Amino acid sequence: MSMEEPLVMARGLTKKFGDFEAVSGIDVQVERGDVFGFLGPNGAGKSSTMRMIGCVSPVSAGRLRVLGLNPRDEGPAIRARLGVVPQEDNLDNDLSVGDNLTIYGRYFGLPRAVIKERAAELLEFMQLAERRDARVEALSGGMKRRLTIARALINQPDLLLLDEPTTGLDPQARHLLWERLYQLKLRGVTLVLTTHYMDEAEQLCDRLVIMDRGHIVAEGSPRELINRHSTREVVELRFNSMEDREHSVPRLADLSGRVEPVGERVLVYTDNGDATVSAITSNGVHPAAVLVRRASLEDVFLILTGRTLDE
Amino acid sequence: MHIVERNVRAYGNQLFGLLSAFFEPVLYFFSIGIGVGMLVGDVTTAGGQSVSYRSFVAPGLMAVAAMNGSIFDTTFNFFMKLRMAKTYDAVLATPMGVHDVAAGEVVWALSRGSLQALAFLVVMAAMGLIESVWALFALPAALLIGMAFAGAGLAAATWIRSFVDFDYIALALIPLFLFSGVFFPLSRYPDAVGSVVAVTPLYQGVELLRGLVLGEVGPGLLINVAYLAIMGLGGMRIAGVRLGRLLQP
Ligand SMILES: Nc1ncnc2c1ncn2[C@@H]1O[C@H](COP(=O)(O)OP(=O)(O)OP(=O)(O)O)[C@@H](O)[C@H]1O
Ligand SMILES: [Mg+2]
Repeated sequence: MSMEEPLVMARGLTKKFGDFEAVSGIDVQVERGDVFGFLGPNGAGKSSTMRMIGCVSPVSAGRLRVLGLNPRDEGPAIRARLGVVPQEDNLDNDLSVGDNLTIYGRYFGLPRAVIKERAAELLEFMQLAERRDARVEALSGGMKRRLTIARALINQPDLLLLDEPTTGLDPQARHLLWERLYQLKLRGVTLVLTTHYMDEAEQLCDRLVIMDRGHIVAEGSPRELINRHSTREVVELRFNSMEDREHSVPRLADLSGRVEPVGERVLVYTDNGDATVSAITSNGVHPAAVLVRRASLEDVFLILTGRTLDE
Repeated sequence: MHIVERNVRAYGNQLFGLLSAFFEPVLYFFSIGIGVGMLVGDVTTAGGQSVSYRSFVAPGLMAVAAMNGSIFDTTFNFFMKLRMAKTYDAVLATPMGVHDVAAGEVVWALSRGSLQALAFLVVMAAMGLIESVWALFALPAALLIGMAFAGAGLAAATWIRSFVDFDYIALALIPLFLFSGVFFPLSRYPDAVGSVVAVTPLYQGVELLRGLVLGEVGPGLLINVAYLAIMGLGGMRIAGVRLGRLLQP
């Protein structure tokens, strides 16, 4: 155990917009070297939390310390050591790719020579070197995202905040980004990210919290969360219509596992998928398709909230 | 002042905009100052001097140049960066704060405004319209005018929500341009109208520059200076606070 203060420490952290509570008293702790995730559906309060940690949104109630400092009094000093990748790209469209890094570095007060060296390295790392003189508008979505991350690294931050780093990207661009983020982790950069993709959370996060409607509903490593809240396997039954599904649900009631209807599907939680499938068929239920798979964080969310992540 | 550096990179190659903005007051000068000047006789200034019409109009147009130069950047360009491009959201994630942004934009805008005023001053000197050594202070005075309108423009632009709202800015600027004593002395107005004009911002700039260029220097000019300084600094302050409200909810 290190005696070092956690990079992020929140106790009862709350964000209000007027009467509306977007974040309701959450406790969070991020240690150096961790990849920490906020997993939750739209409106869960992920961005509001990230903006408070990024010292661009005042804390409404509770305690927050970032890098051992208080955001209320020491915002600029904290921001000097953060890298921020916001949910929506806000690259400077009036500047070229290279100038985006240069000018951003200047906002941190870095000397030009230092910026020049780091910018070249970061463009290389993010596979953008040959686009250095391009206009930002000419970049693809994935390239813009990589440039935004490169920009966030120009001050060699102690902590990198990524708000939905891969939302809206195609699978190939996502995988490239995951791989780059993993490289950053290997270099010892502490990452805090939000996502509503359970596969992203499983791939990247050492520890995560599941957020819903401003509250944290569970916390742990992806494996722990699945072991604690879900069974090992899930049997997915797909029906042709809602009526078919309605007819079948009562006949699944006597199965030992938990049964969750989701749209035209029914999920049955079990530790032995194959045995459950036989039991279902012998009960006279005949779905259009049957799939046995390992439980995921999506299932944890469903079990805890009764809803799916993309609802 | 990193905002200034950013703007130099972003707009440094748009010399055309600077040139056209420079020509506007020069064109007014040639058409009205010289053209109309041939029809009207000499003008008696507030200080009691009788001067040619072109000498009378030129310092007024220099004030207009300083105003126009800074108002475009702080209204239109600033609005684009604030609401459309989200430029400042990125800036505020760095150690920079809202008041750094406001100050940076004002310095940038007033440097453009005073560049235009300087160009106009050169034209005036070439035409032999400089009457006094006090004219040396015309450039710092133009800086002050630029700052006043930059601060006010920035503050006003934080309330602009869509392009339609720019009509209100135009609606404010056109009467300022026409009735601030640029083209004729305040004494031509009925007293009531004159005293309204006397408290408007461009009039302060016109009086200040005319006083310096024509050598009519008195303590009254200090009131103009104070007015413009308060307007600029106040506007900058308001703009900073508004930025905080808009961008850091
Ligand atoms: N500036 C604001 N003013 C008022 N309400 C806000 C503001 N910002 C966010 N909210 C509300 O707070 C709630 C949480 O928003 P937030 O952006 O933190 O969610 P999120 O988890 O990031 O969702 P998403 O996945 O859609 O990005 C939402 O209901 C949102 O409408
Ligand atoms: Mg969000």
